[in-house]
Amino acid sequence: MTVITSGEELGKKIAEAIPGSVVSSDKTSVMLESKSLAQVAEFLKNTPGLDFNYLNFATAVDYIDYFELVYRVLSMEHNHSLILKTRLYDRENPAVPSLVAIWRSAYFQEREMFDMFGIKFEGHPDLRRLLTWEGFQGYPLRRDYL
Amino acid sequence: MTLLDQFQKTLLASGLPDWAAYLVPALMGVILIVAVSLTLVIIFIWWERRLLGRFQLRLGPNRCGPEGILQPVATGLKLLLKEDIVPAKADKILHFLAPIVVFVPVLMIFAVVPVSDGAILANLNVGIIYVVAISSISTIGIFMAAWGSSNKFALISGMRTVAQMVSYELPVVLSLVGVVLVAGSFSMLSIVQSQSIPFILVMPLGCVIFFLGCLAEMNRSPFDLLEADSEIVAGYHTEYSGMKFAMFFMGEYGVALAYSTVITTLFLGGWSGPLLPPVIWFLIKVVLVFSFTVWMRATLPRLRVDQLMAFAWKGLLPMAVINLIIIAIEVLVVPASMLWVMVILNFAFAAALVLLWSRLFTLGGGRVEV
Amino acid sequence: MPIKTEPFYLNLGPQHPSTHGVFRLRVQLDGEVIVDVEPIIGYLHRGIEKLAETRTYTQVIPLTDRLDYVASMTNNLAYCLAVEKLAGIKVPERAEYLRIIFSELMRLANHFLAIGAFLNDCGALATPLIYMWREREKIVDLCEMTCGQRLLFNYMRVGGMSQDVPVEFMPALKKFVAEMPKFIGEYEQLIKQNEIFLARTKGVGILPREMAIDIGASGPVLRASGVNWDIRKKDPYSIYDRFDFEVPTGDVGDCYDRFWVRMREMRQSVRILEQAIGQIPAKGTVWADVPQFFRPPAGEAYGHIEAPKGNLGFYVVGDGSIAPYRVHIFPPSLMNVTALRDMAIGWKVADLIIIFGSIDVVLGEIDR
Repeated sequence: MTVITSGEELGKKIAEAIPGSVVSSDKTSVMLESKSLAQVAEFLKNTPGLDFNYLNFATAVDYIDYFELVYRVLSMEHNHSLILKTRLYDRENPAVPSLVAIWRSAYFQEREMFDMFGIKFEGHPDLRRLLTWEGFQGYPLRRDYL
Repeated sequence: MTLLDQFQKTLLASGLPDWAAYLVPALMGVILIVAVSLTLVIIFIWWERRLLGRFQLRLGPNRCGPEGILQPVATGLKLLLKEDIVPAKADKILHFLAPIVVFVPVLMIFAVVPVSDGAILANLNVGIIYVVAISSISTIGIFMAAWGSSNKFALISGMRTVAQMVSYELPVVLSLVGVVLVAGSFSMLSIVQSQSIPFILVMPLGCVIFFLGCLAEMNRSPFDLLEADSEIVAGYHTEYSGMKFAMFFMGEYGVALAYSTVITTLFLGGWSGPLLPPVIWFLIKVVLVFSFTVWMRATLPRLRVDQLMAFAWKGLLPMAVINLIIIAIEVLVVPASMLWVMVILNFAFAAALVLLWSRLFTLGGGRVEV
Repeated sequence: MPIKTEPFYLNLGPQHPSTHGVFRLRVQLDGEVIVDVEPIIGYLHRGIEKLAETRTYTQVIPLTDRLDYVASMTNNLAYCLAVEKLAGIKVPERAEYLRIIFSELMRLANHFLAIGAFLNDCGALATPLIYMWREREKIVDLCEMTCGQRLLFNYMRVGGMSQDVPVEFMPALKKFVAEMPKFIGEYEQLIKQNEIFLARTKGVGILPREMAIDIGASGPVLRASGVNWDIRKKDPYSIYDRFDFEVPTGDVGDCYDRFWVRMREMRQSVRILEQAIGQIPAKGTVWADVPQFFRPPAGEAYGHIEAPKGNLGFYVVGDGSIAPYRVHIFPPSLMNVTALRDMAIGWKVADLIIIFGSIDVVLGEIDR
């Protein structure tokens, strides 16, 4: 059974290692400051005992006031998982550090989020539209796209 | 003395002018060969499709005519009525000529194939060399088609064609030399007549090498890289439609039929056999050889291009050379009346060589650093 | 003087015999050797995630059928698990067993097609494909018997199944399961020791273990690289913890390993089916009487399963209304093709085709 790591405990650890990165935390998830996403990801992947080596899925949800990015990371060694979240309040030009360098499975998923929500991933090697065509206007999965 | 020569003699004796007596039998022979071989090709297309259906748990075409035998005719009619599409950027002349260059040599092979004693259009004293020479022409036709249609899939196919045909020509010819040595003649008629024991028994390894080489030359599985449909769509005839495609199609099956007849003639004793008339024996053997190729097509996956080359140059060619040397020595040492000694010796050698090669040789080729 | 060369670009697809749908590969070649591969996807994009926002929870189920249409019932299951987690619905015992039975049948159906198409890509004409199709047809017949459909089943519901199986289903299933090991043995005999097949697949398209984890691969692709990771074992959903089965893994991660892992997985599926047939309660309801327009509380839930192609996940966000606020589909095929470039570079065009075939993708799932 995959153990769902307590966000509260892990949130404290992360906050100790990278001060100012954790906004809040609850039983299942840790809410992060969007700027420090890449740093936290690196910490989660490389800290012994955590070893989150597998990014399961990454997606975004449009809550109209803000975008919420959701990452589910997994450790195959210890079989425990964690949900990372971060919020982007800038609707015109949302940007967040890319995680491709840390988990390559983010490659297509970040391109998809860029395509569907218009979120820019800084440091992504090849940020282009994925599912729609090159000249497509708008971002289909935003709530205001009809 | 072939049947046509006899016919010519009768005409001359009946008082016809010389030119007519020369022309009439020749024309009749040509028409006969073309008509019979084309009909046979059509029947063989049907036979392959039915047989392939059986191998694949399905029925195959069975609606047009009894047992679906008219299906190839229906296919041909459909292709005739299709629009002939030429790509805008194609080389129009090459694109037009290619199907002809592929198709005509196939018919020409049948000219030297004896279907029974004396029933041969041209009893050339260099029959085998003629077959080898003529069959290489279609390579040019295929490359013309590939280059002329200005399609990338076709271009890849064209490159593969040249490499494949040139590589497999060598083992084929070398294994033929063994036949010539034992028979003591290049003429197809005398080769058949000299087979008191079919040459498949006298030189089993030569026969296998020749058969595999022929499979490669007629682009059939597992050597069908030219039109590997899962990789390069349809290869050199990707851009062909209508009648031109039909000519490629007929040419392809014509080659298969032609090589089946050549293998029958060279290794299976041609028309000879007990009880039944010679033509029937000939056809039975041809159908057997052809069915064997269909069987291979239904069973084997395709080789990769570098493996194909390795198979020709590292596998077949050295074996063909060794086989040739062995046979040459045997022809010198063993008297012609004791052919059975060669049978025993050659089976032993073939087994040894194949075992040795299965140890030494792997279908190598791997990743290339780029 | 150096010879002037220019790169040779080849577009494989979107219309190509072996791209398994409408996948497009932009390949840069040097002779026949692959220098660069760029997958271009999106030709089958239907906006299922957007469509799901405008439908009720139940109406989303037919949409999920259109994801992996080779094994469409597994998509239903993953979605239903996510919604049941969100709404806190308990599924009846008999329905749980039926879910297991059908998801294992779907795994068999998918692997039959995957292996058949893979061998077809290897150039074995259509013979293996049609032999595989023979058994797949029986599975499809079983499904037709149950829900009247042969491709897009729309059989599962939130809280169970739409209806119970008919009386003739169980005998037919028993017969199928009893016959299966013999047929799988037949397929192994058909191709496993073919010299050409081994030469074509052994050592070709190796996906190293670390890279497989890094790209988030899952399913047979991940297991062929030697990672013992199967959600049925590691995070059992539904009632998979009651069954005894093994997780086959490969050691090298080449095309042959992926083929062979699938082959052995089919035997394990048959084992699970045998146990499920023995344990399933003979009577009982199959649906937890969920109202037609139920309102799960606001919140989010993630349900994932081991689909035939890998880890299929549904991330469902509810806002307390009758329609989901957001449904995110996490498809295994999309992750598995991430490393296609690394696997294919340096090999020939012919190898690219079989590497792609061995990954076993379905474009309905990648493009959504």
